[in-house]
Amino acid sequence: MTMLYRIRLPDHASFEDWRPLARQCFLAGLHPHEVEWCTTSEDATLFDLATTLPPAQTGRISPVLRNTCLALLKSMLRHASKDRFALAYRILCRAQQEPALASITVDPDIAQALRMDHQVRRDAHKMKAFVRFRECGADTENTRRNFLAWFEPDHYILSTVASFFTKRFADMDWVILTPKGSIAWNGERCALSHKPCEKASVDDQIDALWQTYYVSIFNPARIKTKAMRSEMPRKYWKNLPETQLIPQMLADAEKRVAEMAAQQPKAPPKFHTSLQKRSHNDTPPQTG
Amino acid sequence: MKHSLTSRLAILSDAAKYDASCSSSGAGKRDSAATKGLGSTSNGICHAYTPDGRCISLLKILLTNFCIYDCAYCINRSSSNVQRARFTADEVVWLTLEFYRRNYIEGLFLSSGIIRSSDDTMGQMVRVARELRLTHGFRGYIHLKTIPNASPALLAEAGLYADRLSINVEMPTESGLAAYAPQKHASEIRHSMGEMRTHIDAGKEKTLSGKKAPRFAPGGQSTQMIVGADAASDRDILGSSSSLYTGYRLRRVYYSAFSPIPDASSLLPVKAPPLLREHRLYQADWLFRFYGFQFAEITADRPDGMLDLELDPKLAWALANRALFPVDLNRASREMLLRVPGLGVRSVTAILAARRHRHLRLEDLAKLNVSLRKVKPFLYTTGWSPTRLADRQDLRALFVPPPQQLSLL
Repeated sequence: MTMLYRIRLPDHASFEDWRPLARQCFLAGLHPHEVEWCTTSEDATLFDLATTLPPAQTGRISPVLRNTCLALLKSMLRHASKDRFALAYRILCRAQQEPALASITVDPDIAQALRMDHQVRRDAHKMKAFVRFRECGADTENTRRNFLAWFEPDHYILSTVASFFTKRFADMDWVILTPKGSIAWNGERCALSHKPCEKASVDDQIDALWQTYYVSIFNPARIKTKAMRSEMPRKYWKNLPETQLIPQMLADAEKRVAEMAAQQPKAPPKFHTSLQKRSHNDTPPQTG
Repeated sequence: MKHSLTSRLAILSDAAKYDASCSSSGAGKRDSAATKGLGSTSNGICHAYTPDGRCISLLKILLTNFCIYDCAYCINRSSSNVQRARFTADEVVWLTLEFYRRNYIEGLFLSSGIIRSSDDTMGQMVRVARELRLTHGFRGYIHLKTIPNASPALLAEAGLYADRLSINVEMPTESGLAAYAPQKHASEIRHSMGEMRTHIDAGKEKTLSGKKAPRFAPGGQSTQMIVGADAASDRDILGSSSSLYTGYRLRRVYYSAFSPIPDASSLLPVKAPPLLREHRLYQADWLFRFYGFQFAEITADRPDGMLDLELDPKLAWALANRALFPVDLNRASREMLLRVPGLGVRSVTAILAARRHRHLRLEDLAKLNVSLRKVKPFLYTTGWSPTRLADRQDLRALFVPPPQQLSLL
């Protein structure tokens, strides 16, 4: 019977954490089914498995990956799925015989990795869209303004989105707290942490203006809630200041449309009548 | 009567919502790292969605909804009794920056009713953009709606600060515009677009000495047409788009289903906006911009010049051109694969990548999230050849959605 090995990685482990271990496994000649990859928060299977990896086999050469494959593994390893390390190791081993593997989009392993990569990128995109900063009072010693945000990403994407926020909100101090860690910026340094954070909330009066805008820009004559939910799924709603207004907006929409249909033409306002008179006297009308 | 900032925001964003444009892409890369400023560009982030299915990417507001024009379709026409309000340039600057800092928006889309004169209105709008860029170091997105007949100097300055400029053609045909907007002239609008195109093209070129030309709206220009207010057919509308895209090199043409407005003019139809028609027009637009179709092909087989509301335009085209199908999944060109109903740009790219290494079968497509039901009649490969399409008279019936019982209320 072949010996089985267990490798434990932290929940947030990324490509950089996985790489040296995967390399060690590969050099020891371990097949994908001989390694069980798990995370620290996961319960171990019933069996006790060896945790010390065997030494490298003599003469075995280091694994090589093409750039496309490397990029795919880096991205899919940010996914929160617990199976990600095993899938990545399987792809690593297979790619040694099939160098073009990552381009074969219809291969089941690659299709799965691409799906994970897609979900990771969507999660990052949605984080850039739905993070809401709230101002938490000016620091007296500091002239820079202070902001706080709370967001709940599905995957381990903080390191990929950090530079987007630091380059965009360069002139203010801010912290983004998430259950998967935090990003903090003080104008000079960006501090990333994997320590889970508690939800914190701050009241910001500008949220009320934003809600006014959100309600007013909505056109009650076109209701397409499915389109809205496909781009802004309900899981994000609880942390957005504007979404609590949606039920009321929908409830009022029908009435507003009926009022528009029922209204009788009214006499135009006074300034219209005087404009009309003036344009009859002198053309062109652009100089009113 | 002086309104509070909140109520003016309500009035002036309510007045701006009939403009469909929300794009914030195409501005090139720019950020505020190592500067004292705020903001960056992206390839288009939508920060919120409203229940009408539209996204919010930009703070879309009017500087004022007072207007000396009387365009029948417009909520702000001079004969309308809507509440009127105006912002000062400083207020718009403040709102943009505060909204931006909270990550509500990608930037500003500023439009305005025309007050006093075209130059006066345009001057106010340019002032907002100038202050954002020069005084506050704002590096987010700015889209300005230019005012017809504004002076070339103001237009050049607008192009210096704005990422995108636009001017609405409003109606798909000249006669439609003449009937609904007597004070606007199609020829003037086209002339302004032509001028902007010249500026935009010049902004991309280097001079003989290798010096860069002054910046001019790197995100190009866009426009909007109202659909369903007049009698123009889809063929007229798409014909108009065709000349706008090729003749004026527009980045985007937006189609806005005519929607009932408060205190509407008696000239207008009282009916729900034709949302499905608008959707089909956008699909046709996509076929032109990303799938290599010509607009004329899309409407060629439609006797009344209207797109099929039951089927999407690509499927309708394929059914009308059955002789070209089925195509070989393993050998067909990219151009032909893009014309297969059910295959999108991303799946075609994935097919091309995969088939260099492996012979593809129909089942493989399921892994690319392609609907086999939809593509099956149009492709053949080892293990699958569809019954000859020309033999199936009922092919259309296979795709048309089942009839729905009308609601009683």
